[in-house]
Amino acid sequence: MASQRDIRRRIGAVKNIQQITRAFQFIAASRLRRAQESTLAARPYSEKIDEVLADLAAVLGADDHPLLAGRSGGKRLILLFTTDRGLAGPLNTNTIRFASRAIMDHPGDLSTITIGRKGRDAMRRARVPIEAHFAGFGDRPTFADILPLARLVTEDFLSGEYGQIDLLYTRFISTLAQRQVMEPLLPVKPAQDTEGIPGNQFIFEPNPALVLEQLLPRYVATRIYQAVLEAKASEESSRMVAMKNATENAEELIDDYTLAYNKVRQSNITREMIEIATGARAR
Amino acid sequence: MPLLLEIVTPERLAYSDQVDEVIVPGSEGELGILPHHAPLLAMLGVGELRIKKAATEESFAIAGGFVQVRPDKVVIMAEMADMAAEIDLERAHEARREAERVIETGFHEGADLVAARAALQQALLRIRVAERRHREGPRRRP
Repeated sequence: MASQRDIRRRIGAVKNIQQITRAFQFIAASRLRRAQESTLAARPYSEKIDEVLADLAAVLGADDHPLLAGRSGGKRLILLFTTDRGLAGPLNTNTIRFASRAIMDHPGDLSTITIGRKGRDAMRRARVPIEAHFAGFGDRPTFADILPLARLVTEDFLSGEYGQIDLLYTRFISTLAQRQVMEPLLPVKPAQDTEGIPGNQFIFEPNPALVLEQLLPRYVATRIYQAVLEAKASEESSRMVAMKNATENAEELIDDYTLAYNKVRQSNITREMIEIATGARAR
Repeated sequence: MPLLLEIVTPERLAYSDQVDEVIVPGSEGELGILPHHAPLLAMLGVGELRIKKAATEESFAIAGGFVQVRPDKVVIMAEMADMAAEIDLERAHEARREAERVIETGFHEGADLVAARAALQQALLRIRVAERRHREGPRRRP
């Protein structure tokens, strides 16, 4: 049986760990609040840009811009969003598993752009080609931060090397639920024009084709930005839950150790009493 | 009929209120929009957006994006939208100096000149919009 001192040391160690996990939990909680706010705040713009694109699509066809044109052939490119830091519960494992299934289901010429270190490491291990890697966009991703990525992806598509570009990220549903999703990014598929005033009643200034040309790159950037924000909120909520569980487990462990410690202490006292008693009688 | 104005940027909803008139820096020149305007979708330029509401006037520094006009609603989608009253003049001046420095020395250091030029343009716009407001204060219409 472990000595009293050993157990006390172990309790101390667990308490230290618990302090760290609890701190992580609170940090994640405050970051989650911020991430959730930015995700919500970004929604009006993205909804609006969808609507405008639908209006434009009502007067223009898929032939009017190369980013709209579907094409057969060409490689497939997946933008894989994972986290840079670990200790985020099952999030990255789930995302990577989802990604490998998506890759297995449609074998063929494929490449990835990884956003976040965990995804890059996994793709490297799996020997999936990585065209580019972006380190996660910090705690407060701004729209300007993701523009280089949007530009790269758009150019990749326009160069004709890729026929299809998909986003693979974790959508934030609630603190307890996040879901991995894969969504087509390019070619752009405008939504049906059902919102507001039909597109053909609009005056486009200077003209529809020019507006479309300005709009599409922004649409692509907005979609990527949304994915970054959703992934960020998912990361923080998953980390918060994981750290909360860890803190609770540590609490349980401390209780168990305290019990063991008391037992050992009690039996030591009993033993000493017996020794003293036998010593006294022997005299 | 009132006119609902919304200004959205990729990061946030910057403004949402009923207004009387809004003057927008379009790519082809300024557009004054009153209620009952015909449906319009136009590209934005870089400049100052002015909002007239009851007896007051507010302004925003706006760059890049679109304006969608419906008879009862105007939506501005811009990459940048700073309310004049909220612009930090000192920071704008600093951004301007920094951008000018990068443009001056950047040729040798291989800096991103396009980005620097855009930053300079934004800083100058912010300064212009904010300084006009400082001079005139929150304007009252006669």
